[in-house]
Amino acid sequence: MKRKSLFGRFAHGDTLFRWITLLFAASILLILLLMAMEMVKESLPSLQRFGWDFVTSSEWDAVQERFGSLPFLYGSVVSSILAILLATPLSVGTALFITDIAPSKVGSIVAALVELLAAIPSVIYGLWGILVMTPWLQQTVQPFLIDKFGFLPLFQGAPYGVSMLAAVFILMIMIIPIITSITKEVLLAVPLAQKEAAYALGATRWEMLRMALLPYARSGILGAVILGLGRAIGETMAVTMVIGNTPQISLSLLAPAYTMPSVIANEFAETTSKLHASALMEIGLILLFVTLLINVMARLLIWSVTRGSTGGKA
Amino acid sequence: MIRYLSARSLKNGLMTLLMVTATLAVLTPLVIIFLHILKMGASSINLDFFTQIPKPTGETGGGMANGLMGSAIMIAMASCIGLPVGVLGAVYLTEYGGNRLSTVIRFSADVLAGIPSIITGMVAYTLLVVPMKNFSALAGAVSLAMIMIPIVLRTTEEQLKMVPGTLREASLALGVPLWRTTLKVTLASARTGIVTGVLLAIARIAGETAPLLFTALGNQFWSRKMTEPMAAIPLQIFNFAISPYDDWHRLAWAGALVLVVIMFTLSLAARYFGRQSQAR
Repeated sequence: MKRKSLFGRFAHGDTLFRWITLLFAASILLILLLMAMEMVKESLPSLQRFGWDFVTSSEWDAVQERFGSLPFLYGSVVSSILAILLATPLSVGTALFITDIAPSKVGSIVAALVELLAAIPSVIYGLWGILVMTPWLQQTVQPFLIDKFGFLPLFQGAPYGVSMLAAVFILMIMIIPIITSITKEVLLAVPLAQKEAAYALGATRWEMLRMALLPYARSGILGAVILGLGRAIGETMAVTMVIGNTPQISLSLLAPAYTMPSVIANEFAETTSKLHASALMEIGLILLFVTLLINVMARLLIWSVTRGSTGGKA
Repeated sequence: MIRYLSARSLKNGLMTLLMVTATLAVLTPLVIIFLHILKMGASSINLDFFTQIPKPTGETGGGMANGLMGSAIMIAMASCIGLPVGVLGAVYLTEYGGNRLSTVIRFSADVLAGIPSIITGMVAYTLLVVPMKNFSALAGAVSLAMIMIPIVLRTTEEQLKMVPGTLREASLALGVPLWRTTLKVTLASARTGIVTGVLLAIARIAGETAPLLFTALGNQFWSRKMTEPMAAIPLQIFNFAISPYDDWHRLAWAGALVLVVIMFTLSLAARYFGRQSQAR
């Protein structure tokens, strides 16, 4: 009799527990939806007022309430893409060194070091960037570039230190650990038989890497690079500290620039009007949309490589 | 034939050299940054750093004690919100999942993890700062929790998946209801793995600056109320770094060193717990 009542008491326990866990799990989806809804809602005044002009105009004037985001889009795209172009070969080279070239002890030390450095917060990279790197750029690197390559529009102007170039460098340093560690995972997921077959045919190590390993891992590496791009576009603190925060579009890498996250970081706490806040929200919305797109793409690519190794198929 | 071979091995050697060079090129700036933090930070750390609040400009000395306290408070608050959601959400995915909803939730978590942290700050601002008409530590904690949840959820899920089904079956066969089995057996046996994920999540949010810029805002003084602006170490590092004062730069380096030491300790601890959970 007693036993039955005990059962009766707990019969609903499972149902209740199931619903509680469902509630918590579903809250992730709710957070995401809430995020998107809030961003759209808050951007509406700016969306309605400026329409497409918002992304084609480069005028950013809080006093006149005229807001165009082109300089920020330009700054984000150029800094991120240049950083990716510089970081990718270095990262892939390092990942290959870790997995296939170095003795396993050395490889794991390098891997651990890279992973530790990925954990350093971006504000600390920014601190180093503004106090150590930009003075060095201003005194050494930029005068050299102006002197030797000043005939190119890329390297014209005065050496300010804080510049697009500084942002590209700091982004490159920051995303290398991320791309390297994901590429390493992808390379490790390539089936061993793939390598052994290449060696069995008499390939040198480089031939094995180029003909057997890299083609197999290509889409996963591309995913890692795209994920790095997402990080670079969303990176806020370090870039804000070294890019110079000037809303202008200049072909010269030595000139100061501005990015989408930086303008939000600098102006959002001190908006002068509702429209100003809304314009910044719209920049946030664009940023959200772009990073969502990039992340979905990268996940699918990485998944297409690593799926094979965890699924039990050879 | 011999010539052909040597050309191939020459290329092999050249490419190997290139990859070694790439690795050195990657490690050099990273090691330089690390050594700089160590050098500049170590010479600026003293007892005042941990016990005093920042001095006004022009005065030497002072510390970041209010930032340390503020960071600790906000991390604790964010964990109170983020841990239950992450862990119990993961329980749903492993114990009751397998349907389309769980795929959507898993995907949402991955997407949420990739969103720039400054956006979580903007959302916390519109949801909490605007209605409450005040920058607050609470809003800061909520924005940090949003960053924490997907990390905790995904790492906990991985750990729960590794708990053998026979363990659950044994408990169920003894007549223990599923919910008690989950709490007392499944979660308990994945404990060290879950701790790893939690430590990594805390390490991640401890250094977050962008979402705090317009939620917690920062504070030059001691702040204890959750509904008021609060200092945090990363915010102080940012503000001091962009200031023109050498004294504040010194504090920023000291703060950076302390933050890095905290990060490394957390990730070493995570590694330790991770290894323990794998050993079993």
